Amino acid sequence: MTGAPSVATVRGVSLTYGKVRALDDITLDIPAGGMVGLIGPDGVGKSSLLALISGARAMQEGALHVLDGDMRSARHRQAVCPRIAYMPQGLGKNLYQTLSVFENVDFFGRLFGQDRAEREARITDLLTATGLENFRDRPAGKLSGGMKQKLGLCCALIHDPDLLILDEPTTGVDPLSRRQFWDLIDRIRAGRPGMSVLVATAYMEEAARYDWLVAMNAGKVLATGSPAELLARTGTDNLDAAFIGLLPEEDRAGHRAVVIPPAPHTEDDYAIEAEGLTMRFGDFTAVDHVSFRIPKGEIFGFLGSNGCGKTTTMKMMTGLLPPTEGTVKLFGRQVDPDDIEVRRHVGYMSQAFSLYGELSVAQNFDLHARLFKLDPAKIPGRIREMAERFGLTEVMDARPDALPLGIRQRLSLAVAMIHAPEILILDEPTSGVDPVARDAFWQILSDLSRKDGVTIFVSTHFMNEAELCDRISLMHAGKVLVSDRPAAIVAQHGAATLEDAFIDCLEQAIGETGTPPEPAAPPAPDHAPAKSPLFDPRRMFSYTMRETMELRRDPIRGTLAVLGTLILMLVIGLGINMDVEDLSFAVLDHDDSTISRDYVLQIAGSRYFVEQDPIADYAEMDRRLRAGTLNLALEIPPDFGADLLRGRDVEIGGWIDGSNPTRAETVLGYVQGMHAYWLTERAREAHGAAAVAGDYGLELRYRYNPDIKSLVAMVPAVIPLLLLLIPAMLSALSVVREKELGSITNLYVTPVTRLEFLIGKQIPYVAIAVINFALMTVMAIFAFKVPFTGSLLAYAVAGVLYVSAATAMGLVISAFMKSQLAAVFATALGTILPAVQFSGMINPVSSLDGIAAFISGIYPTTYFMTISRGAFSKGLGFSELSSALWPIALAIPVLIGIGALLMRKQEA
Amino acid sequence: MDLANVLQLGIKEIRGLIRDPIMMGLILFSFTFQIYTSATSAVETLNRAPIAVVDEDQSPLSTRIIEAFQPPYFTEPTMISVAEMDRRMDEGLDTFALDIPPGFQRDLLAGKRPEIQLNVDATRMAQAFSGAGYVQSIIAAEISEFQSRYRADAATAADLVLRARFNPSLNGGWFQAVMGISNSVTLLALILSGAALIREREHGTIEHLLVMPVTPLEIMVSKIWSMSLVVLLGTAFSLVVMCEWVLGIPLQGSMTLFLAGTALHLFATASLGIFLATVAGTMPQFGLLMMLVLLPLQVLSGAQTPRESMPQIVQDIMLAAPNTHYVILSQSVLFRGAGLDVVWPQMLALAVIGAALFAFSLRHFRGFLK
Repeated sequence: MTGAPSVATVRGVSLTYGKVRALDDITLDIPAGGMVGLIGPDGVGKSSLLALISGARAMQEGALHVLDGDMRSARHRQAVCPRIAYMPQGLGKNLYQTLSVFENVDFFGRLFGQDRAEREARITDLLTATGLENFRDRPAGKLSGGMKQKLGLCCALIHDPDLLILDEPTTGVDPLSRRQFWDLIDRIRAGRPGMSVLVATAYMEEAARYDWLVAMNAGKVLATGSPAELLARTGTDNLDAAFIGLLPEEDRAGHRAVVIPPAPHTEDDYAIEAEGLTMRFGDFTAVDHVSFRIPKGEIFGFLGSNGCGKTTTMKMMTGLLPPTEGTVKLFGRQVDPDDIEVRRHVGYMSQAFSLYGELSVAQNFDLHARLFKLDPAKIPGRIREMAERFGLTEVMDARPDALPLGIRQRLSLAVAMIHAPEILILDEPTSGVDPVARDAFWQILSDLSRKDGVTIFVSTHFMNEAELCDRISLMHAGKVLVSDRPAAIVAQHGAATLEDAFIDCLEQAIGETGTPPEPAAPPAPDHAPAKSPLFDPRRMFSYTMRETMELRRDPIRGTLAVLGTLILMLVIGLGINMDVEDLSFAVLDHDDSTISRDYVLQIAGSRYFVEQDPIADYAEMDRRLRAGTLNLALEIPPDFGADLLRGRDVEIGGWIDGSNPTRAETVLGYVQGMHAYWLTERAREAHGAAAVAGDYGLELRYRYNPDIKSLVAMVPAVIPLLLLLIPAMLSALSVVREKELGSITNLYVTPVTRLEFLIGKQIPYVAIAVINFALMTVMAIFAFKVPFTGSLLAYAVAGVLYVSAATAMGLVISAFMKSQLAAVFATALGTILPAVQFSGMINPVSSLDGIAAFISGIYPTTYFMTISRGAFSKGLGFSELSSALWPIALAIPVLIGIGALLMRKQEA
Repeated sequence: MDLANVLQLGIKEIRGLIRDPIMMGLILFSFTFQIYTSATSAVETLNRAPIAVVDEDQSPLSTRIIEAFQPPYFTEPTMISVAEMDRRMDEGLDTFALDIPPGFQRDLLAGKRPEIQLNVDATRMAQAFSGAGYVQSIIAAEISEFQSRYRADAATAADLVLRARFNPSLNGGWFQAVMGISNSVTLLALILSGAALIREREHGTIEHLLVMPVTPLEIMVSKIWSMSLVVLLGTAFSLVVMCEWVLGIPLQGSMTLFLAGTALHLFATASLGIFLATVAGTMPQFGLLMMLVLLPLQVLSGAQTPRESMPQIVQDIMLAAPNTHYVILSQSVLFRGAGLDVVWPQMLALAVIGAALFAFSLRHFRGFLK
C-alpha cells in the first residue's frame, strides 16, 4: 500500500488518562482505501487511537489529520463527521437496547438529516444486506451478539461514510457470525471501493485477512506492514507468534509456548456428569438437554457465542441455578443448590472479575479461606503457598483493582484454588488478556490438571485455547452441537482448522448455506454532502422520539414519573398539617367546685381538647406526662372558686408536654385564649356588657384562606415543590445515563449539536411534567377541595414554563455529573433544600437574608410558589402574575445555555 | 446458619464500607452537619415575619404601635398606602398588613371604640397563625400602656401560669436534633444495606459468594448486622457529641434503652433496604424507589408534624411502619425519660415489624438470587 494517499496522518500523538499513558508519541500514516487493522491485546491504546481518529475523543498532544483536515478544529470535525462512521467497542454499545432494529437505524438516519423516503429506502437495503430484515421489529437488546454487531454496522453505514472505524466488532461473537460479518464488510467494500476501513481486533486470525496492520503495545506502535511482511519479519507462521516476536525483550521474558502433556486414561472415573440439563426462563429455553461426562483430571473446553447458554450451564453445574430438568453429578453426587457440602469441592471463577476491590489481596485470600472453613492455624501457610505458586507474593498488600488484568486473572484463579478444590469451573478466564499472560495462565492450568489431578471446565472464545483442551464442546442456542477431542472434530469435518470445523458445524445446525442472500451493496452515494445547519429540528426531534420510546419502554421510570408525584402529593398534603385538634388533657382539681368544673368544661367542650380521666396526685401527673398520654395537665388550687368570688388573686397551674415544641406552642396559644375568654365571660355575667366594652376593636381578616385550613395553604405550595423534584430527577438521569452506557458516543460522532441534543432530550420530560402538573392541579381542586380562584390559563402557562425550567435544571446537573448515582445525589441536594427552605414554602422569602435570600432570588421555585398561591387562593390573573412569570421564562434559556456549555461535543 | 460465616462476611462489609470515601462521607455528614443545621436552623415559630402598616392616623399612639414591631420576630414595618396594600399581599411581600384608621387615638380616648384592621395572608399557615396572636397582644399591650397614663387598669383576677415540661423554653432545636437523628438512622439503614447488595450484584461478587459454602440467610444477616452496627455507633456518637456536647441538649432517659430501640428499628429498616434492592434492578432505580418510600415514612411518622393532626386512617396505616414506633420511643425516652415500663409496646411493635420485614425480604432475596 505504499505510495497510497493517507486517510489519516498521526504525528507525535500522546494521550493520558490521569496517571495512565494510553498513547505514547504515536506517529503513523494510515493508507486510504484499504482495510487497516490495529492489533494488540486489551489496554494498549487501540481504542484510544480509534476514538481520536473518529473525533469522539479530544486531542491532547500531537497533530492528527483525518480526511484532509485538522481534527483539532471543531469546524473541520463538524464538516467531516458525516463522512466518518464509528462503531465503538462493546456489543451494541452505541445502540439503544429497548429500541427495535428498525428504530435504531432510523434514529441514525434522522441524525444525518435524511428525509423519510431516503431513510426507508436505505434501511430496507441495509437490513436486507445484513439479513436483519426478518428481525426488523425486535428490540436491539434481544439480539444475539453477532446480530447486534450487524445492526451496529447498519447504523454506521446509513450515511455512506468514506471512513468506517470499527473497534473490536467481533469480540464475543461466534465464529460463524464473525465470518458472516467479514463477508458483509467485503461485499460493502466491493460496492464502495473508495471507502477506508479501520478495525481494531484482538483476534489475530482475523487480522490475517486485512491489507495492512499496525501492531501496538503499551501505547506505542511496534510495527506496521502487511500481514505477510510481519510474518516474514519475525520468521513465524501465525500472527499470534508474530506479535509475541515483535514484543520488546523484557515483555517476552519467561514466555514459552504452552505444552500440555497428554491426559492419562482414566475414562471410567468421572468428575462431572451432566444428564439432560435444561433451563427455561419462561418461554425461552436457554439450555436444552445438555449432557456430557468429564473424566477426572481432564481439561474440558466449552465454546459458543455470547448468550448461547454457556454461562447458564456453568451456573447449573455449580448449583447457582437449579436446572428446570436434568441432573448434574459431581463425583457421583448430585448437585443440589441447598447442599453446601458439594461447594467445598468446586472452585469457580466467573466471567467478570469478582473479587472484592475494597479488600487487599491478602484479605481476599483470608476471607475465602475462612468461608471455606480451612483450619485457622493452617490459613497463613496456605495463603503463602498459593501466593508463591501463582507469583503473587509482591502484591499481597495491594488492592485488586489496582492490578493489571493479567495478574488479576491469576489472582482470581488462586483464590478459586484456596481450598484445594478437585474441580475448577472457569468462565472465559482469559478474555482481554494479552497473549503472553494468556500462555502463562494456561501453563498453570496444565500443571493443575496434570500434576494435581484437578478437573478443569473452561469456556473460551479463542480457538488456539480450544486446541489446548483435552476435549471440547461447541454450544449453540442452548444445544451442544459437537463434543470431542479437537483433532477429532477437525478430522471429522474434513476441515483445515478448528475454526473451519466449527463454522461447518454451526452452518449445519442453522441449516444455512453460508452465502446469505446476495445483496445489492448499498446504493452508490449520489448525495451531495449536505450542509449541516446550525440548528436542525429533525436532529432534535430524533432525540425526542428516541427518548420518548425509551421512556415508554421502561415501566419503572414511567410509573415513577407519573404516579410518584401523585403519591407524594397525597402523602405531603396529608402529612404536613398545621391544624392541631384532639389534644389530650387532664385536670388535678383540688377545688372541685362549680366554678372550677365550669372552667374545665369550657376547655373540654372545645374541639381542640379531649378530656381524660382526672388526675389524683402529683405522682400520677408525672407518670402520665412521662408516658406521653397527656399533652396538657392543669392544676386548680384549693378554694379556687371561693377565692375568685371574693376577688382574691388565684393562680391556675398548667404543664405542657414540651417534647414537641410546635405542638406545645399551639397548646399554649389555645389555653391562653380560652382562659382569657372565660374571664371575660365571667366578668360579663357579673357586671354586664358595659364592664368589658373594649376601648378599641381589632378586625382580623384572614385573607385568601378564611377558614385557615392547612390544606388550602399547603397544597398550592406542594405543587411547585414536586414539579421541581421529580422532573429534575428524571432529566438529570437522562444524559448521565448515556454517558454510563456509552451511547453518548453518538453525540460525539454525528452532526447533532449540543443544543439539539439537550432540547431534544428535554422535550419528553417536559411533556411528562406537564401531565403531572395537570394531574396535580386536578387532584388539588377535586380531591383536596382547594378552591381555585384565579386565572387557569395564566396558571397553565406558568406551569409549562416552570417545568421547562425544572427539567433544564436537571439537564445542567446531568451534563456536569459523570455517574448516575452522583447525579441522583446532586439533584436531591440541589433541589430539596432550596425548594423547601428558600422558596417561601413555609417561611416567606422576605424573612430570609444573606446567602439564603440570594438563592431565593434566583431560584425559579420562589416565583412559581407566588404564582401557585396567587392563582389558587388570591384570585390573580395574567396582569398580576406577570412580574413572577418573567423570571421563570428567563431561567429556561439561561439554564439550557449553561447545560450546553457544560456538555462536551468530544470526550475529554 | 453458621455464625462464623456471618461474622466473617459482616467484617468484610465493614472493611469495604470504611474504604468507600463517598459512603463514609455521607454517614459523617448525616450524623454531624445535618443534625447541627437542623437543630440550629429550626425556625422559631415567628422569625422576621414581614409586616406592613398603613398609618392613616399619624398620631403618637399609632407611631408607638408601629415602633413596637421589631426584629427578630418581625421585619422593620414597611410604611405603605391603602392602595398598595392589596397588591403587596397578592405578590406575597407581606404576611401581615395593619391598617390604623384616621383619628384612631382621638376616638380611642373619646371612648368611641375605633377599629384597627389586621390583614393576614393565611396561605402562610405557620406565620399567620401564631403571628396574628403576637400582633394582637403587641397592640393590646401598647394601647393599654398608653391608656394607663390616663386611667388605672384593673388587674386580672385569675392568672394562668403555664410551664412546658421536658423542654422548658420550647426550643425547637432540641426536637429537630433528635428527630434529625431518627431520620438519619432510617435513611442510612436503607441506603447502606440496599447499596451493599446492589454493589455486590453490579460487581458480580454476589454470584461468587453463592458458589461458596454460604447460604442466602447468612449473607443477608451479615449485611444487616454490619450496617446496623455502623449506624448504631453513629447514633451513639451523634447523641453524646453532637446533642449533649455541641448543642447542649439535656437528654433524659437511659441511653442503653434508646440504643436497644434503635437496634430494633435498624433491624426492621435494614431488612426493608434489602427488599428494595431486590426490587430495583440498578442503583438509580434504587435511588428513586428509596425516595418514594423514604418520604412517606419520614413525613408521616410524627417526626415532622404531630401524629394527632393526621387523618385517622393515615395514623392507623402508619402503625405498620417502624418509624412511627421509633419516633414515639425516641421522644419518650430522650425527652420524657421514660423507662422500659412505658416504651415496651413500641419495642415489641418494632420487633414484630422487624421480624415480618426480615422474613419477607429473605423470601424475596432467595428468589432474587435465582
